[in-house]
Amino acid sequence: MQQDNMTKPGMRIEALFLLSIALFVAVITVVYWFESYENSGTVMLLAASLLGLVPGTYYYWWSRRMLGRPEDLDQPEPAKKEVVIGAFPNGSIWPFVFAMGCASIALGLVFGLWLLALGVIVVISATAGFTAESRRGGSV
Amino acid sequence: MTTLEEKALTSQEVSAELTDVKSRHFEPSGLLNWLTSTDHKMIGKSYLITSFMFMLLGGALALVIRLQLASPNNSLVTLHQYNELFTMHGSIMIYLFVGPFAFGGLANYIVPLQVGAPDMAFPRLNLLSYWLYLSGGLIMVLGFFVTGGAADFGWVAYAPLSNAVNSPGAGPDMWIVALLLTGFSAIFTGVNIIATVFYLRAPGLTMFRLPIFTWNMVVVAILILIAFPVLTSALVMLYADRHFGTHIFEVQGGGVPVLWQNLFWFFGHPEVYILALPFFGVVTEIIPVFSRKPLFGYKGMLFATLAIAALSTGVWAHHMFTTGVVLLPFFSLMTYLISVPTGVKFFNWIATMWRGHIRFDTPMLYAVGFLITFLGGGLSGMLLAAPPLDFFEHDTYFVVAHFHNVVMALFLAAVGALVYWYPKMTGRMMREGIGKISFWFMFIGANVTFIPQYILGLRGMPRRIVTYPPGIGWHFLNELSTIGSFMIAVGALFLVINFWVSWRKPIPAGNDPWDGHTLEWYTTSPPPHHNFDRLPIVRSERPVWDVKYGLEGAAIPGHSNSNPPSSVKDKDHADNAAG
Repeated sequence: MQQDNMTKPGMRIEALFLLSIALFVAVITVVYWFESYENSGTVMLLAASLLGLVPGTYYYWWSRRMLGRPEDLDQPEPAKKEVVIGAFPNGSIWPFVFAMGCASIALGLVFGLWLLALGVIVVISATAGFTAESRRGGSV
Repeated sequence: MTTLEEKALTSQEVSAELTDVKSRHFEPSGLLNWLTSTDHKMIGKSYLITSFMFMLLGGALALVIRLQLASPNNSLVTLHQYNELFTMHGSIMIYLFVGPFAFGGLANYIVPLQVGAPDMAFPRLNLLSYWLYLSGGLIMVLGFFVTGGAADFGWVAYAPLSNAVNSPGAGPDMWIVALLLTGFSAIFTGVNIIATVFYLRAPGLTMFRLPIFTWNMVVVAILILIAFPVLTSALVMLYADRHFGTHIFEVQGGGVPVLWQNLFWFFGHPEVYILALPFFGVVTEIIPVFSRKPLFGYKGMLFATLAIAALSTGVWAHHMFTTGVVLLPFFSLMTYLISVPTGVKFFNWIATMWRGHIRFDTPMLYAVGFLITFLGGGLSGMLLAAPPLDFFEHDTYFVVAHFHNVVMALFLAAVGALVYWYPKMTGRMMREGIGKISFWFMFIGANVTFIPQYILGLRGMPRRIVTYPPGIGWHFLNELSTIGSFMIAVGALFLVINFWVSWRKPIPAGNDPWDGHTLEWYTTSPPPHHNFDRLPIVRSERPVWDVKYGLEGAAIPGHSNSNPPSSVKDKDHADNAAG
């Protein structure tokens, strides 16, 4: 079993999941086009198929080059030591500021350009804040 | 229930327990925490509370609509006000309540816990999603207070009714930009859910061991990514038609009004499953736990979900049969095909309950109420999938009854989810007695409200009419429907009372009050910052069950799995562990 674990590819199910969506919608697209010759629906279906195809092929490419991660294994071994799972930031004010900038832009589209300009400034400021904050990192 | 009542603590004692949990990690409190916390649990609760508030508002608008229709020739509201009411009721319920409650609130709170992750994959993006949602929602609702009032072209905003000539003013524009904001919010949440499940699962939690609720949320996230960008682009085109002189949806300039319907329903029908699949997931979590059995047909349930989602991308124009420009056999067949995996789901839910030792606690009541109510909505949907019948029933109250039947079933499941996971979120139990009163009011009210509307539709009552003359057989049924709607409101009131009572006089829940199966029941209630101090080794789709009832190898060092709680040492569990 341990040997299976070592050779089992990672991300395979995720890749097949996305590729299955792409394949199904592609079939629907072909059937729909030849039955209807209707443009808008065909384009939307095609785009939906690509949505599965692009990340699906990327994951599949990776799945052939990587070994199974602990979450891909049927019988994982307990970790011998603490591991870093990822970087998770502490609280941040910038998402709120960014969203308020977006809301201001949205309201500017309704009530006037001055709100739109204000929104753009706030969004740029928030992006700078996000970036500066990202440099500090963090981990769990 | 009696034992729980006996264990009631004062609110100060429970607060002390909660403080102890929080003390492990510094978090600002109050308003600053709401504004800045990137913890998925805080964001999830913010979504749940906000969407619940929007639901109360949307429900209040529905009550005004029902009062207006309760008697013939009624003049409680004007024609324009009525148009605003049904537009905003539909918009609030669909865009601001059901969806965000599910993929914003429940998924945010529960998915990281069910996969054993410390947080969502992109915590700050998660917080941004919430604030985009709230700001979009407020902008939409504030449309009531601008000159000309809120949007009044229906929640589907059909062109050319929604153009600047037929729907002038700031209210419709606010509706459009609000949906742009909430649309981006949904897209960001979808990306976050997929990344969390693909990259942050616990060791051993393979994709085919994921809880069905989490699987459903992954599928919903994919559907969001397929559907919402189409709506967003359609809204941009509509805005351009209204303000920049384009004629994308205008016949006069060579545009095509039906294009709006194509774009909208390419979003709109997957949206139905974006709303429904999370609650399919909820009842799939609740039914095995309260039947004390493993889920019947895990993979069948999973592939049914995938089939529903896949087919939902090819049924959009069944809303457009009467336009005369769609391919009737294709869309009719695809719509009928969806009933097959949905039937598989019903079979599996019932088979899970079959010969189970069912506990009819409040979450289970809501799950069963969902099954019954959704069955009615689903079966009437089968009628509408047939073009000849749809031509007859289109734009009548039959359609109104059909989709409200469906959405009301989702609402029941949503309340069931709240009651089921409330102990995990707060560390407190809700009162069973009040919960059951609330359920029966809502369940009976839903059927009293919407069954008469089926008959009204068959008697020819069109949807979206502000009033009707006496003596045509519509009065009594409308009156009955209005009574039903107020019963739902009373049920919602009892739900609020239940929250209040549990807040004022808390009963501690413990970590695993329902004897649950999945990882969220392994941690404390409420969970600490970053969720888990330790995780079991996952060997099946029921990891916590394995730990409690002794599946070999499921325990972690230092955690005994040989001594299940005495309250759950019974024959059912022995049977289940063996089986």
